Amino acid sequence: MAEHILLRHRDIPDIDQLDVYLAHGGFEALKSAVTGKSPQEVIDIVKASGLRGRGGAGFPTGVKWSFLSPGVFPRYVVANADESEPGTFKDREIMERNPYQFLEGVAICAYAAQAATAYIYCRGEFWDLAHELERHIEVLRQRGLLGENLFGTDFGLDIRVHLGAGAYICGEETALLSSLEGRLGQPRLRPPFPAAEGLYAKPTVVNNVETLTNLPPILARGADWYRSIGTERSSGPKIFCLSGHIERPGNYELPLGTTFRELIFEHGGGVRDGKALKAILPAGASAPILLASDEVLDTPMDYESLPKVGSVLGSASVIVVDETVDVAWLAYKIIDFFKHESCGKCTPCREGTYWLHSILRRIERGEGRAGDIDLLYSVARAIQGKTLCALGEFAAGEIASDVERFRGDFEARIVDGK
Amino acid sequence: MLAEKYASEIERILAKYPPEHKRSAVMPLLYLAQREYGHVTQEAMQEVADILGLDRTEVGALVGFYTLYYDEAEGKYRIQVCTDLPCALRGAEEFAEALCENLGIRLGETTPDGLITVEAVKCLAACDKAPMFQLQEPEGIHYHEEQTLESALKLVEELRRRESHG
Ligand SMILES: Cc1cc2nc3c(=O)[nH]c(=O)nc-3n(C[C@H](O)[C@H](O)[C@H](O)COP(=O)(O)O)c2cc1C
Ligand code: SF4
Ligand code: FES
Repeated sequence: MAEHILLRHRDIPDIDQLDVYLAHGGFEALKSAVTGKSPQEVIDIVKASGLRGRGGAGFPTGVKWSFLSPGVFPRYVVANADESEPGTFKDREIMERNPYQFLEGVAICAYAAQAATAYIYCRGEFWDLAHELERHIEVLRQRGLLGENLFGTDFGLDIRVHLGAGAYICGEETALLSSLEGRLGQPRLRPPFPAAEGLYAKPTVVNNVETLTNLPPILARGADWYRSIGTERSSGPKIFCLSGHIERPGNYELPLGTTFRELIFEHGGGVRDGKALKAILPAGASAPILLASDEVLDTPMDYESLPKVGSVLGSASVIVVDETVDVAWLAYKIIDFFKHESCGKCTPCREGTYWLHSILRRIERGEGRAGDIDLLYSVARAIQGKTLCALGEFAAGEIASDVERFRGDFEARIVDGK
Repeated sequence: MLAEKYASEIERILAKYPPEHKRSAVMPLLYLAQREYGHVTQEAMQEVADILGLDRTEVGALVGFYTLYYDEAEGKYRIQVCTDLPCALRGAEEFAEALCENLGIRLGETTPDGLITVEAVKCLAACDKAPMFQLQEPEGIHYHEEQTLESALKLVEELRRRESHG
């Protein structure tokens, strides 16, 4: 087995104990950054590593940091631990099992951003985990690894945990910041981006938990080492969350560019109960569905290759769907999620998910009418390009792909009447 | 009154945020109110609003927006089964139905003793451990993963025992 860079607890089970983490080089990356490098040098290393955001959009992390408005303080770092995409459960494993590497990553990011306060925004359901993180933060404070004047310098940092209260939309960065400010978790138009006007209208870096957890190894081993993993434009390791009809569901840390075939059949043990593979959702509910053809199975899972087969890498939460599944039912499950989670701020998404839901519900119940499939498709297409944030786009794109790629399943429901 | 009974806890919560942005403390304070009263009552909204210098209607809007706050009393314990797509592919809907049938209620309902509500919820980031649910109780939220009907009923028994012993 190859060494784990992010899920290090799989190689070193007690790494959630600070002493064990320190004995394996923990906090040396932070120390060398704070005592030996300028914030700009840290940003340059992260840029050179090619690290791209693991929250879904894949934006280059170092580049994002360099957009912080110069000379404006205080600044904030916010770790996005809202993890609510159906099929995604990687950030939780990192924070539960390898928490200090994540916290060190937060600290490195804060040093690069010159922020003295970082918040971790955890989804409300991570109640136990959030309290555990607070205990770890307290341990770091007692050991002088958080607080003022770290490593004898004038850099200081406080990390605070904030619990959300059940709203998928709070994973979207502007909604997350509103929620953290004590307002409704609803997105706002960008620009301004958080790097210019974020938390409390101050320059703010928002990064995903997995993104941040990459920082200590990048700083410790260098950008060239990091670039040697993965593909040319999608560097580094990625945690793929494997769920659905699979023999061995779970998280798999593999280089970006690993194929679906390798993930599903070598690592995941194949489709459950020896059934045939029908479809793959490569990024939870938020990306177009893929027909499990040989071409798709041999596609490298990276930021560039997925669009070539008509989907996206997103959060890389791979949901495996076997031959027994009716895609009309699957579409109904997905729209039920989005209708529930639409924040209601803009009309195309609020009304659109409502209509998609009611059409899909009647098809699901065997009450579909002639013309419903075309209606479904045209409503989905009408939403696209008109929503305030990406949620509406995600919903419409997924439903449109179900109709395009599995039209027969919908037709059968309407003809059979059940 | 929360402000008196939990003065030091409230102070600790407020200290997490810049003093000029204490509105940020509204979510943790709502959790505190819910823990105290079982759900967020109109009076509790007023109390939270007073602590932060907000309007009660603003606080009420937040309670309505976020799914983990409740403005009505239901079962003291909420068993929230994830039936979202990945879990549904691994038998979560059947699990939720069987559990409800055993308790003599329908999904979304509360047992006649008023103790347990069973609900279906969206993805909880535990899809590889389906069927699973979270137990929301006054003290907090805990995950129960890789469940069977037997293990879930055992938990229900335990909750009932806990109640009858006060
Ligand atoms: C509807 C929606 C939900 C999102 N949910 C999450 C989430 O749960 N976690 C996350 O890290 N990013 C999520 N994002 C992406 C964030 O907006 C943001 O791009 C990300 O946190 C940036 O961090 P990164 O650059 O490290 O990926 C979501 C975006 C949208 C539109
Ligand atoms: S697209 Fe949907 S979730 Fe996003 S702002 Fe509009 S209504 Fe809210
Ligand atoms: S779908 Fe149930 S926990 Fe993710």
